[in-house]
Order: sequence, then C-alpha cells, then structure tokens
Amino acid sequence: MTTVLRAHAEDQYAEELAILAEEDDRPRPAGWRLSPRAVTTYILGDGDRVTPKYIGPRRVVEVAVATLATDRALLLLGVPGTAKTWLSEHLAAAVSGDSTLLVQGTAGTVEEAVRYGWNYARLLAEGPSGRALTPSPVMRAMAEGRLARIEELTRMPSDVQDALITVLSEKTLPIPELNREVQALRGFNLIATANDRDRGVNELSSALRRRFNTVVLPLPATTEEEVDIVSRRVGQLGRSLELPAAATGPEEIRRVVTVFRELRAGVTEDGRTKVKSPSGPLSTAEAISVLTGGIALAAHFGDGVLRPRDVADGIVGAVVQDPVSDRVVWHEYLETVVRERRDWHDLYRACRDAG
Amino acid sequence: MKARPRPDEGPVKVTAQVAVLGIRHHGPGSARSLRAELERLGPDVVLVEGPPEADALAGMAADPGLRPPVALLAYVPGEPSRAAFWPFAVFSPEWQALRHAVEAEVPVRFCDLPAACGLAFRPDVPPGSPPADGVPPRAGGPGAGAGPGEPPPPPPPDADAGPGAGGEPAVRIDPIGALARAAGHDDPERWWEDVVEHRGDTPFQAIAEAMAAVREGYVPTGREARREAIMRRAIRRAIKDGFGRIAVVCGAWHVPALAHAPGEGPWGAGLPAAGADDALLRGLPRVKVETTWVPWTYGRLAARGGYGAGVASPGWYHHLFVSPDRPVERWLTAAAGVLREEGLPTSSGHVIEAVRLARSLAALRERPLAGLAEVTEAVRAVLCEGDDLPVELVRRRMVVGERLGRVPASAPAVPLARHLRREGRRVRLTPEAPEREHDLDLRRPLDLERSRLLHRLRLLGVGWGVPRGGRGKGTFRESWTLAWRPELDLDLIEASVWGTTVPAAATARVRDLAAGEGARGGVPLAVLTGLVEGCLLADLPEALAEALDALSARAAMDGDVTHLMAALPAMARARRYGDVRGTPAAGLAAVADAMLGRICVGLGGAVTGVNDAAARELVGHVDAVHAAVALLPDPSVDPAVPVAPGTPAVPAAAPEAAEGARGGGEETPRRRWLAALRALPGRSGLHGMIEGRLTRILLDSGELDAGRVGTLMARAMSAGHPPARAAAWIEGFLSGGGLLLVHDARLLALVDEWVTGLTPEAFTGVLPLLRRTFGAFAPPERRSIGARVRALGAGAAVPGGGTGGPEGMEGVDEERAAPAVRAVRAILGRTSGTWRTRA
Repeated sequence: MTTVLRAHAEDQYAEELAILAEEDDRPRPAGWRLSPRAVTTYILGDGDRVTPKYIGPRRVVEVAVATLATDRALLLLGVPGTAKTWLSEHLAAAVSGDSTLLVQGTAGTVEEAVRYGWNYARLLAEGPSGRALTPSPVMRAMAEGRLARIEELTRMPSDVQDALITVLSEKTLPIPELNREVQALRGFNLIATANDRDRGVNELSSALRRRFNTVVLPLPATTEEEVDIVSRRVGQLGRSLELPAAATGPEEIRRVVTVFRELRAGVTEDGRTKVKSPSGPLSTAEAISVLTGGIALAAHFGDGVLRPRDVADGIVGAVVQDPVSDRVVWHEYLETVVRERRDWHDLYRACRDAG
Repeated sequence: MKARPRPDEGPVKVTAQVAVLGIRHHGPGSARSLRAELERLGPDVVLVEGPPEADALAGMAADPGLRPPVALLAYVPGEPSRAAFWPFAVFSPEWQALRHAVEAEVPVRFCDLPAACGLAFRPDVPPGSPPADGVPPRAGGPGAGAGPGEPPPPPPPDADAGPGAGGEPAVRIDPIGALARAAGHDDPERWWEDVVEHRGDTPFQAIAEAMAAVREGYVPTGREARREAIMRRAIRRAIKDGFGRIAVVCGAWHVPALAHAPGEGPWGAGLPAAGADDALLRGLPRVKVETTWVPWTYGRLAARGGYGAGVASPGWYHHLFVSPDRPVERWLTAAAGVLREEGLPTSSGHVIEAVRLARSLAALRERPLAGLAEVTEAVRAVLCEGDDLPVELVRRRMVVGERLGRVPASAPAVPLARHLRREGRRVRLTPEAPEREHDLDLRRPLDLERSRLLHRLRLLGVGWGVPRGGRGKGTFRESWTLAWRPELDLDLIEASVWGTTVPAAATARVRDLAAGEGARGGVPLAVLTGLVEGCLLADLPEALAEALDALSARAAMDGDVTHLMAALPAMARARRYGDVRGTPAAGLAAVADAMLGRICVGLGGAVTGVNDAAARELVGHVDAVHAAVALLPDPSVDPAVPVAPGTPAVPAAAPEAAEGARGGGEETPRRRWLAALRALPGRSGLHGMIEGRLTRILLDSGELDAGRVGTLMARAMSAGHPPARAAAWIEGFLSGGGLLLVHDARLLALVDEWVTGLTPEAFTGVLPLLRRTFGAFAPPERRSIGARVRALGAGAAVPGGGTGGPEGMEGVDEERAAPAVRAVRAILGRTSGTWRTRA
C-alpha cells in the first residue's frame, strides 16, 4: 500500500467501509456489501467519521444508488472533469467492495474485452474448454455478482457497445463454443461513464441507451465552491510538482474561475448579460491547469507574483479551441463584459495582448 | 375541538353542531377529505374562509361558465390598484366547499375579515422598495395565516417580507407543510395522505389535535386576532340564524381558535366571549369594496420568480386531485405522452423503468410512496435520458400546467374595464362603435396621455385604437383609428388576469411576453425590440427594464449578425422617444452599445461569402446601422455637433486631428463602428457591392483618404476580378450617390481616372455594367456629371487625392464667399472664431 502510487478506493477507505458495514442495520440488496442508504452516506460523508468523496448535489448520488438497486444499468454523463470516474469507482467500492472490474473504452476496444477471450495455447492444446477461456471483467462481475465498470462507453466502437445489450437485458452471457452460458448472480450491475461532449463519437444505439438510467453530473454550483476546489487543487499540485512558490492572490483565482464560469454558463455572474459559450468544456480542471501554468510562468519568468499576463495566454488557449467561432465568442466576451469591469482593466489589456 | 355530530346527541338546548374543518390551502389531499367529510356531515350552512363581501358571488360556483382556476377579486372602486385576490383551483378545499354547498343547495357564507377592512390599511411601502403602483396589495398586508387572501397576486409585492411579516414563522403560513417538513417530507400532500388520511378516524380530528399542539401557548395578536374574532363572530351569527349543522372550512392553523377544547360539548367552550371579540373588532377602518370573479391560471398560482407563498406545482396537485388511483403510474404515462408529442421517442418500457426508479428512490429516501421529487428524478434519468431540456418541458406543461380559468359573462365588470372607462373619460376618449380618426400631437399633454393609453391597450391585446399610416412626419405626431367593437369587452376580461389597472396589466403582460415561457427557442429578437419600443411608447418604465434585459440576453445569443443589425436602428430610434415623450430610457443606450459591440465583432464573418441578394440586404443593414450609430450617445463628444451620416466629413482639413481630439482614450460608438468597417475592405471573399459601399462610407467619414480609395478602387476594378464584381463594386460605391459625383470632384476624378485608364477591351467589358449604375441616376444628375467630366477633361489639372478637400474650394473667391460663410456660421450658431483660409 505504501509503494503503490494510487490505492484503490476500497483499500484507501477500507476503514470507513468497515465502520459503515458494522453500523448498517438497513436491509441490503442481494450481493451488496452495504445498504443503499449506507452507500449514499459513504459517498457524501456523514460530517464525522466518513469523509465526503463526492461534493455535489445529494439527489445525483441518490438517483445513482437507487438505479443500481434496481437492475437497470447506470450511465454517468458529464463534461470532462466532473468526477464521473471518481464517483463510479467509489460506488463500486461501496456496493461490491471491489472497484477493479474495469473496462476502459477506447477506439481499439475489442469485443473480447466485454465478453471473453481465449488462451490460445490451451485452446490449441485442449480444444475449447472452460480452462481455455479468458473471462472479461464484465463476465467475472456477472459470475461473482459484483459491479462492473466501463469507462468512456461512447469511445468504444458501436459493435462492441452492442455486445452489452444481451448482458443487460437477459443478464446472461452465452458461450456458444462450449454450449454454456454465464448467468449473472444477484448483485451484478454495470456502471458506465461517458463524456457529454463526446456523444457524437460513437452514439449509443437506442436499444442500449434504453437499458441505462442516465445521471448527469453537474459542474460546481457556485463560484465559492469552485474557487474553493480550484485553490485547493492549485495548492496541492504546486506542491507535488515542486513549483517554485509564487504569490497567488485569491483575487486572480477568482477572476479566472469567474471567466470560466461565465463563459460556460453563457451568462454573467450578476445575471445581467448573456454571453455566448465557446465550444470547449471549460471545466474546473482546465481552470486549475491555467492557474498552475500561470504560476510556473510567474515563478520562472516573472517577478514571482501571479499577474494577469501570466494567466491571459492560458485563458485564451482554453477558451479558443476552434480558431474561428471561439475567437468571435471570446472577443465578444472581452469587449462586452471584461472591458466594462472597472477593476479588470489589467486583465482586459493582458487578454487583448494575448490575442 | 369540534363537536362531532352524533345522531344520539339530542339537542337539550338549542345547541348547533359546529364542525370546524382545518384544511391546507390549495391542498388536494385536504380537498378530497373535505369533500368526503362534508358529504358525511351534511351541514345546512357552510362557512368558508374568505371575504364576506363575496357572499353574493358564491352562488356563481354553480354556473358551468365559472371554471377554475378562478380568483375572487376584491378592490376599492375608483382605486383599482388596491385589490386582493383569493385564487381557487379545482383542488382547493375552499372551492370544493363551494361546490358542495351549491350542489347540496345549502347557503355558503364567507367568514374571514371583510376585504373592506383589509384594504383600508394601505400597506406602508418599506423605503427603497419599488413603488407598488398597480400592484394589488394583499389584503392589509400579509398578516396571519395563509388565508386564500394571502396567495401571490399577479406581480406580488414582496409576499413574505412585507410589512409586519418580517419574522413570521413558516409554521403559520403553512402549518401542515411545516409538520410535514419536520417529519422529513418535502411534499406536504404526500405526508397528508400517508400520515393524516391513513389514520382510522377522520383526518380533521387528527389535524385539529396537531394544531392544538402546535399552537400550544400561542396568543394571536393584531390582524390575526381580529381575523379569528371575525370567524368566531360569523359562527355565532350562524347559530343565531338557526342553523343546526354548521361546517366551518378554514386554514388548519385557525382550528384551535375556533373550536377550543378538544372533545364533546357545546361549541364555544373555552373561547373568548362574544364581548371580547366585539371589543377587538370595534372601530376597524373600512372602505367601500367591490368584488368579482376573474379568470386565473396555474402559472399564476405557481410560486415562480422567487415569491415565497403559493403553490409550486399546481399541475401536480391537480393530477393528485383528479386521478382516481395509481398517481405515479398515471403521471409518468402522461409525461411520456408529453414527450412523445414533442417527437421524443418514449416507449412503455421507459415508463415501466421510470416507475421502478421512482419507487426505488422513494425506498432509499424511506418514503412510503414516491412524490413529486422522486417522480421528477425518474423523468429525468429514464424518460429524458439525463437531458434537462425535456424535463423543463414536463415541468412547464405538467408540474405547473397551462390551465386557464373561465368566468361567465354574468360576473360583475372587472376592475380593469372600470379603470379603462375612467381613464378614457380622463383623456376624453369615449368607446364608440363607429370608427373615428385621431391625430395626436405628442407635445400636448392630453394627446400624450391618449397615445400612452392606446399603446398600453395594444400591448394588452385590446385593439381599441389602430395606428394609422407610417411614422415619418416627425416623432411628435401620431394618427390613430379608434373603434370599440363588442369583442373588446371580452378581450378586457381576458386581459384582467394581468392586473387591475391598464398600466399594471400592460406591465405584467410585457413581462410575460419578454420572459417568453411558451416560445420555443426563445423570443425572436424582432419581437423583443418591438416590446422595448412598445414600452417606451406606452410609458411602462418597469416593464421596460425587463424587456431590455431580455433583449440584451437574446442579442447575446443571436448568432446572426443581420438580426442584430436589423434591431439596432430601432433601438437608436427608440432612444430618441425619450426626448419627445419624456420617458426615461435608461439602460437603452447600454444595450444598444452592447449590441453595437457584438455587431462590430461579428460583422467580419457575416459579410464574406454571401450571394447577390444577401449582399444587397446587408448593404441596407450597414447603411441603417451607420445612420443609427450617429444617433447613439457619444460621451466624449459635444452633443451640439451632430455627425451627419452619408455626407462628407465636415471640415476636410484634418479629420484625424478631430477624431484624436474627441477620442480621449475612451472609444466612441462611432469610432468602434468605423474601426470595424475599416478592417473589411480588401478581404478576400467580400462581395463587391459590400466592399464598394464600405469604401464609400469610410471615405465619407474621413477614415480613408482619396489616395487609399484610389488604390482600393483600382484593385476592385482590376482584371483579376470578374466584370460582374467590378460593376457591383461601383454600384455599391455610388449607391444612391450620383449627386455626390457632381459635387465632389475628387470622387469624380477617381472614377474618371479609372474609366479612362481602362484598356479598350476592358472598357467594352464593363460598359454595360457602368451603364446600369449610372442609368439609375436622375437625368439632371447625369447631365451635371457629364458637364463636370467635360470640365475635368478641359482642365485636366485635378490633382488626384492628397489634399483631401472638396475640389470646389480651388476656385473660391474668398472675398465674395465671406458673407455667405458668415451667414452659414450664424445659422450653425458659431459666431466666434475666425474663418480659416486655406494656406
């Protein structure tokens, strides 16, 4: 545990899970380590011994847990940086005590990754047999009655996605070569994550879509919350990347977060001006990287204090993803919003210089 | 407590049986229980919390023409802005009590504080809050209890933070809701069903007990004490009038005050004596009050826009009230129907899964049954697949609902109609059937008032007056055709839902239109500019602010620059109404400025790659915006110096110096606009006509000197461009400006230079196109141009560009010109200074 770079959720929070399991007196669905109520508490924290894993609306977590308690699969949607993977890992850890049954969806994911493959040496030596079979994480989850996780479902090719339909509707995985099938035990379910913006990559077929309940993970609700998350992460990253210390006023962080939030929401914080949104997601994670980059600039090439010009290039780079339409959006925002703010003149000038 | 009627309880004395039935206002669970309880009790009189002035109107509940949602309206005649509303939906227990009474043919009386007293108090407006003009003050301010008089009136004043309500505990507003929340339920209706109705005996017994506990040790004061005293007095009178079985329907909070000691026995034990109540009620101020029914909507009933009181989900309550069983299943099926109507594929499988999720969620939250919160989550996660847009659709169509009430024609005239009649008398306009024409001179106060009234009515959809002819005789004249048609009376009743006075109703209506709840994809920009203009014409400053907000939001989202360009001139024009009509148009300039900013940013993309028709349209827009920009306020420039569009920049001597002097760091709208234009000529893909026109505008405003224009023109005319484009360029450059060539020898020289410099072949090529352009000029213009060209040819000494001055200056005899110049300067009001001669 000490030499591992990153521990699994069920190991890292084993203590909290044990406490919850011990005190949990509510009925547990078959195959579950905890009752749905306790799972919710594990994710959201109880303000005492259980730390919050996900900071966000309670109803999101409740709908997700309630979905898993029915036999419907759960699809977590959201723009990048909204803790989809994080939430799915912790759900799996709390429900099954095992977050490792994971399939990473990529353009190159093959059907074997969600069904089963063969150990060809055995296959040639012994012919088709149970021992020659290499089960996929999904197949193992079915056989053991646990949660399987699929990351970036929409990045998988459509034919691979569709291999899940039988699994989800019939809860069985036929192995015609052996004239056998694997029937899912109680407790089996599937959590998939998908990027909102990537919907177009390999849009889910409606047959598959119909088998998922969809929960959209929102972006941080208030500026305060987001400034808090950003400044904490910027501090942590700065330490772990061993950046020279640069003085970061909370004001600069707030301005970057405000720019990101306003462009993302399409309306200014005071609600008086509508603005267009650029094509990029402008997630909290990007705000963090803009600031970390700015701090590096300020520390290595500037006077050690984070100045508007240190973040301007980062902001423009994050906002202007599409060189034509985003530039119009950005300039409109600059001219109609940033220019009007009295105390933002330095940022305005820096951004104009940055392009 | 209430004396439960018992068949075996023989009336020893003449003791009436009084049943006090505590309800939750607008609670469908309450309504259903109440209806059943009334049928069981069979009272011979029903007392309902409400203004006693409306007793005569209660009988109209039998009229099938009166369809809820409707509201009882009480108002002070002659002062219709002092009014209060008591809305009734089909699921309101009060409405069910009325219906029961008319069906059982027993009398109904309202037993609350008379509106005459409630409206006698003018709610003192806290300093700094917006003037409550036209806003119906709630009966005497938000006093005690959530009487039906307390729900939000149309544009409600700060309902929960009104005077005297600052520290009002939520428990008094909605005690049942408070109990439900204390029990961990966010849907009081579900809680009522689960907890109250599933008890063995009648729920009213339980509620009375609960309220007695909640009110333990509480002594009502002020308005609330008076209200309860009035209710007791009404009960006493009903007893005196000889009724034997009396049912009192009131907010649950009041039950202990009306039926003190729980248990059996004659009514009144433990309550204040009649004398004490009389003392409390002595000397209440009164005003004359009239009442009527008005139509209401569920949208109205819903607490939207941050007003505290009211019902958040009238549609859901309606559903709970009317569906006989399985409310969750029926609701989700209906939601699937709504989504299907919108073309979103929603199968029965979806509905099944949604029901399962709602149940499992309810179990997770440890609720016995799924409520609105769980059902909405199920709609979102299953039916809408996580998409919030269709969820919002379901919310609007179903959770709030779009039901509109109806009022029969026999109901007394609405205050809006009375107000209109009074206003009409004031400005001396009588509703007459035959058409009459009115020419209004807005500089006269009376005509200005008339114009405002007519514009307000138009905004309300009451087309009494129709504007005649175009605007064009200046901003201070308006012509109207007036005719009162019978259907306008109905339009007025319909419009009365918006308010009780013409300006208040018009304001509310504009707000609604600007919010555009119903419109798909938002309100079009043109509609919003129309609304802004309408607000200015009708003098509705409050609505103007909101229309402007909506406009600026819409302008930001509109990707089509031509829409913005089409809208800007109207805004610039509208800004000037302020001068004629004395309407403050604050904010307008800021919005127009922001729109200009967006136009400047987006113009580059909009003008490239367009076809002939679009180019022609765009040139029109560019001209219109150019003219409008001159009307926009220019903070750094002396307003006494108007910048006339379309004419050459005034003193040709040093335009850069003039610009620099007034620039002063801050960019003026004009400079931003010209800077945006200057970036365009020479771009690839620019339509010839647009480029020609832009070049001309820039030349006229001194942004480009003649030498640069000559270069641009030469480039536009060069062989690299097809002849059609060259012709389009000339057309754009000279559009509508034949006369200019006569007076500006510099321009003429440019054209002449270009034409004479063409090779013979090229000349033949462009000749027909040039003829098309020049053919559009008037014959005298053409003749003059010809004469000038001949003179050019003779003199042949016109220096092309460089000086930048009108060539006419060359041969001026300054001695002889001096008197004329003096006269012109006197007209322009510039008497000081010396006439600068050319070096």
